[in-house]
Amino acid sequence: MRNRFDRELDLLNEQLIEMGNLIESAIKTAVTALEEQDVELAKRIVEKDKEVDNMERDIERRCLKLILQQQPVARDLRLISSALKMITDMERIGDQASDISEIAIRLANVKYVKELVHIPQMAQATIKIVKDSIDSFVRKDTELAKEVIFYDDKVDELFDIIKDELVDIIREDIEHKEQIVDLLMVAKYFERIGDHAVNIAEWVYFAIEGEHFRY
Amino acid sequence: MDKIFIKNFNLYYDNFHALKNINMNIKEKEITALIGPSGCGKSTLLKSLNRMNDLVEGCRIEGDIFIDDKSIYGNGYDVTLLRKRIGMVFQKPNPFPMSIYDNIAYGPRIHGIKNKQKLDQIVERSLRAAAIWDEVKDDLKKSALRISGGQQQRLCIARALAVEPDVLLMDEPTSALDPISTAKIEELVQELKKDYTIVMVTHNMQQAARISDKTGFMLNGELIEFGKTVDMFTVPKDKRTEDYITGRFG
Repeated sequence: MRNRFDRELDLLNEQLIEMGNLIESAIKTAVTALEEQDVELAKRIVEKDKEVDNMERDIERRCLKLILQQQPVARDLRLISSALKMITDMERIGDQASDISEIAIRLANVKYVKELVHIPQMAQATIKIVKDSIDSFVRKDTELAKEVIFYDDKVDELFDIIKDELVDIIREDIEHKEQIVDLLMVAKYFERIGDHAVNIAEWVYFAIEGEHFRY
Repeated sequence: MDKIFIKNFNLYYDNFHALKNINMNIKEKEITALIGPSGCGKSTLLKSLNRMNDLVEGCRIEGDIFIDDKSIYGNGYDVTLLRKRIGMVFQKPNPFPMSIYDNIAYGPRIHGIKNKQKLDQIVERSLRAAAIWDEVKDDLKKSALRISGGQQQRLCIARALAVEPDVLLMDEPTSALDPISTAKIEELVQELKKDYTIVMVTHNMQQAARISDKTGFMLNGELIEFGKTVDMFTVPKDKRTEDYITGRFG
């Protein structure tokens, strides 16, 4: 009966998926740029972040238009208000991928103090939860949203491991302290990306269940 | 405190079962909105509150409605007194073909008030309460049929208030009005809530969401869901409510 509205909601869904794909790819590329010390690749992500910012504006406009024209209630209201909140977190994830890339550019010509092992693991873990948080939205899957919320503990654990490791290295190796601080920043950015993914999952949970997730 | 308590209430028009086992508590000084598709029984329920259905031939009821803990369908309840306590405003403004002043003074006169000074007071107080005094005070002798539709509806509200009711029933009070008049009535209704218990039937769901404290959703003579308006419009409990308010009904 509200075909036009339903079509608009489908388009909103598609835009969110597209924005999700953009940020997922940004994180993947950022960690590759860091591992392979590839300046060109890193620069491209910084460039691409503008696309993420534009998508946020587009989705925001669509949501405001839907609120104005359709005056949504119940699940429609929850979906649109959740979408408005989610894109803020998604945009931040994009920024953080871009921040990691800037560090990758800075570290492109240095020899790493040790082989990067845990940072790529952390990257994999955050990519997984960012992807799952978006998927949980697309599939309206609260179970998957809950998995994201709990899986973030793994990201936090990895952050602690990396931090301890870097603290140990800095004790012995005062010469590379700047690089070590940069790597700690990278780990912190991934940890924050995890938190944003959790926020997204919590909004998905709210949109579907009508109440906030309780730990 | 509960102002109105509807208990196991059934209403039939001959063989047609129009209201099915309605149970509902209406709190004092709150706005309760009744929503639902045409023919769902919301106006019938509203009219049951002041026994307007008594006038319909073939109408039969079971169960009871209590106002201030007194059964209004019980033996010996004075229906005239009931209708004095419960004012009603209809969809289309229906002023009497007489002056603004006489429209308001009509009810109090019927109830025996003759004193001119007293009537003047009632007229002013009622028109002020209905937020129309400033617009008509200079020409109270003017025919009520010659003011705008929005003003007429506020006049009708003033007329209902003149006999000092404590409950106000409104049957789609803004559906015949333009957006500005509608906004005025909505503001007014929220002001009136300080002193009156208001039950309103509306087809405008945004209106229910904007101004009511509680909302009841009716379908095929049943009260499907009744609760806080904010909850009903964000997280309805019943799928039928959800389908109706999101416009995906039927």
